[in-house]
Amino acid sequence: MIDRTVFKERFVKWVLVAFALSSLLFLFLIFLFILAEGLPLFLKVGVKNIIFGFKWAPTKGYFGIFPMIISSFLVTIGALVIGAPMGLSCAIYLSEYSGKKMKMFLKPALELLAGIPSVVFGFLGVIYIVPLVRNYLGGSGFSLISTSLVLGVMILPTIISISFDALVSVPKTYREGSAAMGATKWQTIYKVIIPSAKSGILASFILGMGRAIGETMAVIMIAGNALKIPGSILDPLRTLTGNIALELAYATGDHRLGLFSTGVVLMVIIMILNYIANFGIKRKIAK
Amino acid sequence: MRLRRWAIILPLLCAFLVSCSPNSNDRPGRKHTITIAGSTSVMPFTEKLAEHFVVDHKNFIIDVQGGGSTAGIQAVINNTVDLGMSSRELKEGEKTLNTITICHDGIVVVVHPENPVTEMGLDQVRQIFSGRISNWSQLGWKDRKIDAVSREEGSGTRSAFEDLVMKGKEINDATMVQDSNGSVKEVVATDPYAIGYISMGLVDKKVKPVAIDGVNPSIKTIKSGRYKIVRPFLYITNGELEPKARQFVDYILSKEGQTILKNEGLVGFYD
Repeated sequence: MIDRTVFKERFVKWVLVAFALSSLLFLFLIFLFILAEGLPLFLKVGVKNIIFGFKWAPTKGYFGIFPMIISSFLVTIGALVIGAPMGLSCAIYLSEYSGKKMKMFLKPALELLAGIPSVVFGFLGVIYIVPLVRNYLGGSGFSLISTSLVLGVMILPTIISISFDALVSVPKTYREGSAAMGATKWQTIYKVIIPSAKSGILASFILGMGRAIGETMAVIMIAGNALKIPGSILDPLRTLTGNIALELAYATGDHRLGLFSTGVVLMVIIMILNYIANFGIKRKIAK
Repeated sequence: MRLRRWAIILPLLCAFLVSCSPNSNDRPGRKHTITIAGSTSVMPFTEKLAEHFVVDHKNFIIDVQGGGSTAGIQAVINNTVDLGMSSRELKEGEKTLNTITICHDGIVVVVHPENPVTEMGLDQVRQIFSGRISNWSQLGWKDRKIDAVSREEGSGTRSAFEDLVMKGKEINDATMVQDSNGSVKEVVATDPYAIGYISMGLVDKKVKPVAIDGVNPSIKTIKSGRYKIVRPFLYITNGELEPKARQFVDYILSKEGQTILKNEGLVGFYD
């Protein structure tokens, strides 16, 4: 009987291990397939001509995605400029000022915000933000600034929840010590708490960037998808993700491989961002 | 395209299995499947025709897939579909296939209804999309940047537009890009300073068609050959068409089928 129980326990454990590892397997497979499809073109056309090429005309043999890399970073930085101050303020309010009731109301609201599908954000952007930008700022409205605005809101939940965790984990003694020195609440926050939670807050920004750079649907709808590097915040632009989603439907042959190469570049960028957020910054916390 | 190919192969396999089962042979109610794949510009019209066709031909199942002209032609070469749909002429290397022109489609340059510009020259359209004309004042309207909207690389409508209008000139990189006729129309309908090009069948009151070189885009002017931005909608076959698929094609080319196409805003062979 004991043998049977032991067997059962082991069996359950191994089943769980198998399922746990399967997510790793999926990651590995995705990696493998994107690389297998994306790398041949790098070898054929040359890494330099793809990453630093200015001209994207895949049916004519040009696969330069440099403008899209720049555009992807521009919208991401734009999203941070809008989302980071808002997100951090909200996190500070939640962790330092708000009472229990407010927290009970704000937290689920944020989760709801995180759960809104990106196509809905895109739709609202097209209906409201694009015309607003067109009428009050000029340009077609399909622009860097509209995209940044919408992405800025989309990355709020990521920034808030992670920087909130960082702020909350600052030991209570820090706050008490600061108060004992006669510091006001705001002095305590910006002199003591924010510096202590700095790494976590930075990690939240970088994960927010990862979210923004990977966003596709909303971006296609609002960005205008022009191939040129935008000259002003009112110009349209095309991101790496947008390029893939926009053209995949009709792409064949080298064109299709070019889109996979775009995917490889995107994957590398997101990996670097995640690496910085997870290892670079968290290790600092450990110290 | 691998996935897409499966999307084409799977129904075929199913049809094959069904036809292999001994019981279904010789039964009068046996369904016959025709698979069609290709251009997403032709697809909605093929679907419409199929809907009407199966009303009178109950033992037919017509399976219509998208994928784009090139994918459709490729599927015909691989014999994975009965018919391919293409919104562009065959290229070198595809010329061994047979084409059946089912109708013609005008590509219409459209602007916002508030835009007072009603006419431009073909060369002006070319200059707008190549970036040489970038302000509405150059076309006699107010001093405001032109928001040109094009289609994405690989689209049949774009490649037809490149052949018929751009004629070797490249579409400017600063031109906005949308991934369907519908979204181009949506941008033009909402942005007063936009200009785009869409399939004639999709023009409605939300956008204003522009006359090219003094010729209004219409079924009449296309028929008479005066409106020049016209592309064929083709069905592609590999060798002889098998009789059941022939029946569907004959229906499309019949007066009834052509009337349906005409009602959709396309240019058929009858009046």
